[in-house]
Amino acid sequence: MVQGQQKTGLEICALKIWCGARRLVEMDHQISPGQITSVMGPSGAGKSTLLSALIGALAPEFRMQGRVILHGRDVTDAPIATRRIGILFQDDLLFPHLSVGGNLAFGLPACLRGRAVRQARVAQALEQAGLAGFEDRDPATLSGGQRARVALMRTLLAEPQALLLDEPFSRLDSDLRAQVRGFVFDQARALGLPVMLVTHDAGDATAAQGPVLQLTSDA
Amino acid sequence: MNHALGWPHAAAWAKTVRLFCVMVLVVPIALGLWGMILPAFGVVPGLRAAGGASVALTLAPWRAVWQWPGLWEALWLAFLSGVGSTLIAFALSQAIVAALQGGRVFGLVMRLLAPMLALPHAAAALGLAFLIAPSGFLARLLSPWATGWQDPPDLLVLQDPWGLALMAGLVAKELPFLLLVTLAALGQPALRGRVLLAQSLGYGRTVGWFKTVFPAIYPQIRLPIYAVLAYAMTSVEMAAILGPTRPAPLAVQVVIWMGQPDLALRMQGAAAALFLLGAVLGALILWHFGARMVAHWARAWNFSGVRGLWAEGWLRGGMLAVVALGVVGMVVGLLGLTIWSFAGIWRFPDALPQTWSLGVWRDVWRGGGGLLSALGTTILIALGATLVGAILALAWLGARPKVAGTSPVLWLIYLPLIMPQVVFVPGLQTAALALGMQGGVVLVMATHVIFVFPYVVLSLCGPWQSWDPRLALQAAALGAGRVRIFWSLRLPMLLAALLTAAAVGFAVSVGQYLPTLLMGAGRVETLTTEAVALAAGGNRRLIGAYALAQIIVPVIGFAAAVILPGVIFANRRGMSRVAIGG
Repeated sequence: MVQGQQKTGLEICALKIWCGARRLVEMDHQISPGQITSVMGPSGAGKSTLLSALIGALAPEFRMQGRVILHGRDVTDAPIATRRIGILFQDDLLFPHLSVGGNLAFGLPACLRGRAVRQARVAQALEQAGLAGFEDRDPATLSGGQRARVALMRTLLAEPQALLLDEPFSRLDSDLRAQVRGFVFDQARALGLPVMLVTHDAGDATAAQGPVLQLTSDA
Repeated sequence: MNHALGWPHAAAWAKTVRLFCVMVLVVPIALGLWGMILPAFGVVPGLRAAGGASVALTLAPWRAVWQWPGLWEALWLAFLSGVGSTLIAFALSQAIVAALQGGRVFGLVMRLLAPMLALPHAAAALGLAFLIAPSGFLARLLSPWATGWQDPPDLLVLQDPWGLALMAGLVAKELPFLLLVTLAALGQPALRGRVLLAQSLGYGRTVGWFKTVFPAIYPQIRLPIYAVLAYAMTSVEMAAILGPTRPAPLAVQVVIWMGQPDLALRMQGAAAALFLLGAVLGALILWHFGARMVAHWARAWNFSGVRGLWAEGWLRGGMLAVVALGVVGMVVGLLGLTIWSFAGIWRFPDALPQTWSLGVWRDVWRGGGGLLSALGTTILIALGATLVGAILALAWLGARPKVAGTSPVLWLIYLPLIMPQVVFVPGLQTAALALGMQGGVVLVMATHVIFVFPYVVLSLCGPWQSWDPRLALQAAALGAGRVRIFWSLRLPMLLAALLTAAAVGFAVSVGQYLPTLLMGAGRVETLTTEAVALAAGGNRRLIGAYALAQIIVPVIGFAAAVILPGVIFANRRGMSRVAIGG
C-alpha cells in the first residue's frame, strides 16, 4: 500500500520468549506479502503470547529476544500504535457506544480529513463487506458474521502493513466460519498483507494454503 | 438464588427487609426536609406543642434571605468551588487512569487509595491549612532562602476570597474517591482488550482509553460524581477551615443562622438551605446536560479518527506530576501536623522547631484538651453505627438478588450521599426535638447509620455479587439450609470484603461533622467536631494532635480489615485476598 517501500513482508528473526525460566516460544520465520502462515498448538503453548509480542503488548512477566522486521523496518521496540500491525481477536470487540459507521471511522487514519470524505470511505468499506447502508446501525443488532466482517474492515481501514488473526473464527458456527474465513483471507491477499493466523482448527490452516508452524507446550 | 432454591417464606422475608432498608434511607431525609420546609415558611415544629408562638404561614424568611447582601456571592462561591473542584477531580481521575493504568506508578496509587479515602475531610483540610498558610510548613521550608520572608507574609492564601484553597482541599479529598469508583467500574470483563485494540489501530493509550473505555465507564460513575458535586457545593467543615469568610459559602452561613437562638434567623437559615438545595439541583442538571453536549461533540471527535499520539507523552508526564504532587502533599501535610503536635518553640522562618516538646501529648494523656474522651466517643459511635450499618447492608444484599449498575435502587442508595447534609440534618434535629427526642450519643449514632449504610452496601455489593452462586447450590444439594449457607459459607468467604466495607463505614462515621454537631445538641464531642471547633483558634499544637488522632483512628480500622482475614485464613491459599478496589 505504501509506495516506494520495499515490501519484504513480516520477518520474525530468532524470536525467543521466556516466562521466568521456561522458554515458551522459539521462532524464526518470514511471511511474505499475501502469504498466510498458520500457527497451531495446544492451549498454553504460547500462541497468544507470540501475538502479544508481535504487536508489542507483551506482559511484563515475559522476557523476549530477537527482532521483528516489517517491510524492512525494525518495529521490535516501537509502540503498538506506530507498528502498523493490525490484529483481529477471538471476540470482535466492536465498540457498543459507536454506530457501525463510527466503529469503521475509528479505524480510518486521521489524515483523511473532512466528514464527507471519511463518510464516503466508510460507505465503500461497508459495500466491500456486503453491508452497504449499515452506517447508522447499532453493532449489537448485527449477526455474528456481520460483526466479524465489520471488525475486519475496521482493522483494514487503519491501513496496517501486516495482519495477525487470534482465532477470529472460533466463535462462528461451521457454515459461517468458512464464509467469514474466505472473506478475511481474500481481503488480506488482495491488499498483499503478510498474515499470521493462530488457530486450533486444522480446517483454518488448510484454507490458509500457507506454511503451518507447530508450537509445542515445551519448546 | 433464594427463589431458585425454593425456600418457603423467603420472598416475604426479603420484602420486609427491603422495605425496612428503604425506610432507613428515605424516612430521615423526608423528616429532615419537613423540618426545614416548615420553618422556611415561618412554622417551627414543636413550638406549637409548647404553646408558644402563633402559627402563621409567612414568606418573611425568604424575603430576609433575598435581602441578605451576601446571598449572591455566597451562592456563587458554593457553585464555583463545588463545580470547579468536581470538574478538576473528575478530569484528573479519568486522565490518571487513562494514562497510567497498568504501569508501576498506578500500582502505588492503588495502594495509597485506602488510607487517602480514610482521611476525614476535616483532617485533610487542617493538613492543607497547615501546609499552605502564610506561616505554614511550605512557607517555612522556602523561607528565608527562597522567598526572603522573615515574618509570615501578609497573603490571603488560606480562606482566600476566590475559594481557591477550598477548591484545592476538595480536589485532594474527592480525587481518591473518584479513582476508586472508576477502578470498580473498570472491572467489567467487556472492557478488556479495548485499549489494546485501539492501540493496534494506531491510537495512543490515553486517547484510545478516552475513546473506547470512558464512554462505558461514565454511566457507572455518574452517581458518585453527583454525590461529589453535591458534597463539594455544600461542605461545611472544609469550607469553614479553608473557605472564605466574608461572606462564607452559603452552607457555612446556613449553619451559622441555624445555630442562633433568634427564631427569625433560624427560619432564615432554613430558607437559605432550601435555596442552596435549589442551586445544587440546578448544578446537577447543568452537569447532566453538559455531559450530553460533551458526548455529542465526542461523536465527531471519534469520527475524525484523531490518534492523539503527540499528546501521549505530555499526558503521561502531567499525570505522573499530579500523582507525585498528591503523594508528596499528603506526606508533607501529615509531617506538618505531626511536627506541630511535638513542637516546643517554633519561630517563623525556621523549617523545624527550635525545641521539641511532649507537652501537648502529656497534657492529652492526663485528659487535657478533651482529646481522650473525644477519642472514646468517636470510637463508640463509629463502632455502633458500623455494626448497625453492616447488619443492614448484609440483610439488604441478602434480600436483593441484584443491584444493577444504573438501576433506580442505586439512586435510592445514593440519596443520602447526594442530598446535602446541610439541607436536611438541621431539619432532622428540629423533627427529633418535635418528636420529644433528646440529642445525644444514641441519636448521633442513629444518624451516622444513614451515611454509613450506603457506603457499606456500595463497597460490599461488588464482591457479594461476584460470589459464585453454584457454591450455594452445591451446599443446598448437600442438605444445607439457607441459614447455614449464609453463616458457614458466604460470610466466611466474604469476610475480607465485609471487613473492608466495615472499615469504610467506620471511616465515614469518624469523619461526620454536621450530624454529630447537630444531633448531639452540642453535647457530643468527637475528634471531628473538636478539630473543626479548634481550627478557628490558634492552638496549633493541639490542632495537630487532634488531626493526627482523626487520621490514625480510621487507618487502624483499614489495617485491621487487611490483617484479620490473613490471620484467620493463614493456611488457606484459596482465600488470599484481592487488593482493595481491584
